Amino acid sequence: MTRRFRILAAALAVGLAGTLSLAASNQALAQDKIKIGYAISKTGPNAGGANITQIPNYQLWFKELNDKGGLMIGGKRVPIEVIEYDDRSNSEEAVRAVERLITQDKVDLLLPPWGTGLNLAVGPVFNKYGYPQLTFSAVTDQAPALVKRWPNSFWFLGTSVQYINALVDLLSKQQKAGKINGTVAMISVADGFGIDLSKAARDGLGKAGFKLAMDKSYPVGTQDMSPMISEAQRSGADTFIAFSYPPDTVAINDQAKVASFAPKVMFTGVGTGFPLFPQRFGANVEGIMSLGGWNPNNAGTAEYRKKHVAMHSRDPDYWGSQLGYVSLQMLEQAVERVGKIDRAAIVKELQTGTFDTVLGKIKLVDNMPPKGTYAYIGQWQNGFFTGIAPDGANMKPMVIPKPAWK
Amino acid sequence: MTLPLPVKIVGAAVAVAMLACVPLVADGYRLSLAIGLLNYTVLATAWALFSGPTRYVSLATVAFFGIGVYTVAVLGEVLAWPLVLLIALGIGVVLALIIGLSTLRLSGVYFVIFTFGLAELVRQLVTWFEVNKTRTLGRYVFVDITTDQIYWQLLALAVMVFAAGLLIRRSRLGLALRVIGDDETVARHVGINVTAAKVALFMLSAAFMTLCGAVMAPRWSYIDPAIAFNPVTSFQVLIMALLGGVHRLYGPVLGVVPLTLLFEFLLANFPNHFSILIGIAFMLIVYAIPNGIAGLAEKLWARVKGARP
Repeated sequence: MTRRFRILAAALAVGLAGTLSLAASNQALAQDKIKIGYAISKTGPNAGGANITQIPNYQLWFKELNDKGGLMIGGKRVPIEVIEYDDRSNSEEAVRAVERLITQDKVDLLLPPWGTGLNLAVGPVFNKYGYPQLTFSAVTDQAPALVKRWPNSFWFLGTSVQYINALVDLLSKQQKAGKINGTVAMISVADGFGIDLSKAARDGLGKAGFKLAMDKSYPVGTQDMSPMISEAQRSGADTFIAFSYPPDTVAINDQAKVASFAPKVMFTGVGTGFPLFPQRFGANVEGIMSLGGWNPNNAGTAEYRKKHVAMHSRDPDYWGSQLGYVSLQMLEQAVERVGKIDRAAIVKELQTGTFDTVLGKIKLVDNMPPKGTYAYIGQWQNGFFTGIAPDGANMKPMVIPKPAWK
Repeated sequence: MTLPLPVKIVGAAVAVAMLACVPLVADGYRLSLAIGLLNYTVLATAWALFSGPTRYVSLATVAFFGIGVYTVAVLGEVLAWPLVLLIALGIGVVLALIIGLSTLRLSGVYFVIFTFGLAELVRQLVTWFEVNKTRTLGRYVFVDITTDQIYWQLLALAVMVFAAGLLIRRSRLGLALRVIGDDETVARHVGINVTAAKVALFMLSAAFMTLCGAVMAPRWSYIDPAIAFNPVTSFQVLIMALLGGVHRLYGPVLGVVPLTLLFEFLLANFPNHFSILIGIAFMLIVYAIPNGIAGLAEKLWARVKGARP
């Protein structure tokens, strides 16, 4: 017993000494590199989205920083070091990985994980340690409440209500002009995204006097869309809305083509703005609407797209990607203006500063880009997913009706 | 090896007291690692409480865990915390009773498949209800429970699991279960109420799993069925318990600690090769130590003792 105790005591003493010396050496180190860490879903159900919208933008930003020689801090370029973990699409792993990044790897800056669920899961940890959290793959109506709770969190994609309001405004205008009737057929995927948006749409369309001739939800992973498409076809609605995920988005459009279902307004969900969509449907994409959208005349967007294609040999998606890049540009400028890794000051700068981005000058309002910064609703026009709403200087008029399938 | 009972109790109390101090000294990451260890300790030990003696391999762990998580998601902000835990416990136990009565007649691979399906069924039911009735999928859990408190609650739960395990082992129920595990027909013939014994134990095991889920829920602030009913949890618990060895009460812990640390090491150092490496590790475990670490340790111990004059 005594011998064991002595060994234990010795081990504890060694451990303590080690920790202390480690702490000392950390303090002695000058800021000779900036550690940037992130945990993201490289495996599991979230990996697809993370690989299209998020990781390519991180890589692009790291490459640009490295080419420049690092972040400009206190008048000189400080090289960056990147630490990446896989959260396996699991909340508990994500929380632990972020804690590991903060307390073990002692990263200077953190980048967010992918998706609404994981961003909320790690929110308390980002907040506890005061790291800015610039999310660009989370849509939640809780965003304004979350900003109050976690002032260090930024929600670049905003709330589902903002998208629905823009869509309902578009439809109301078309109805007043006599271009479409007052009935809408709506389907939605039974998952966070579909439920949130369909709920907001039910309220918004109802208030605007539209009648829902069809309102169905389908389970994640549904492959056969033909019953729903034919019901929508029979419903007599001029407007068809699907709040769908990428695989369903493709299946819905496939089935609509087979059934020659070409409503005057056709709106499908996530994936409509992915590069694979025009690859699959060619000229048939014309007139199809979805979330997101770009301004075809914006030089910044064109340049961003060129850089993205040069590095990854594929287009970015037309919704979250560009905003992700914008958030990284803003983070970079905020850090350089503060001139040191003072995270409270960086958060403050992000909240109050005005930043030069590929989308032009941006000043956040309540930790979110104000209305008009980017398109909420887009439409395929001449092979380009063009922003058409909310009303603003950079938005193109909506094309109606959608042409028949070829 | 055989110490008098008071010494054992004092030793256990000291160990628990030391573990209770962990949040006071550990940083955020070490604390969350400790929470992971305790979470799986409770789950794997609770799993082995039922599956060890009866040899029924259950994949329903996450069904109960998820129910605990969801109870907190729905009621966490409305009711007082102890009441929420009690309700979670109640739901878990009632569900276990219903399932136990209707399925423990199944055995072998049928039972495995059924329990796996059960977890999926509960998930789909919750999804259906949320989509069609409440029209929200994904709930926000903002309960004022700190990470330290989660740790202490898990520790209390772990103590209770072990106490329950010890008491059962010394009771008539424990003896009955061992007979059932060895030969169910014989057990029936000697007059053991096989169904009652199995259902009672299944309920007890489920109670701990449900409470564990309820205690863990405030860690994630956002919960949807995919998060609460993640089937990986069930498999991980099974593998940890089997690695440790289910024929001893302390067996599962011997699996939980090395595997949690192994996961952690692989994820931190080989984030891109994690799945491959973990697969290889599992195969090695199954081939090299079929009786678990507890079995291996006993064999070695017996050899050491045998070698002594």
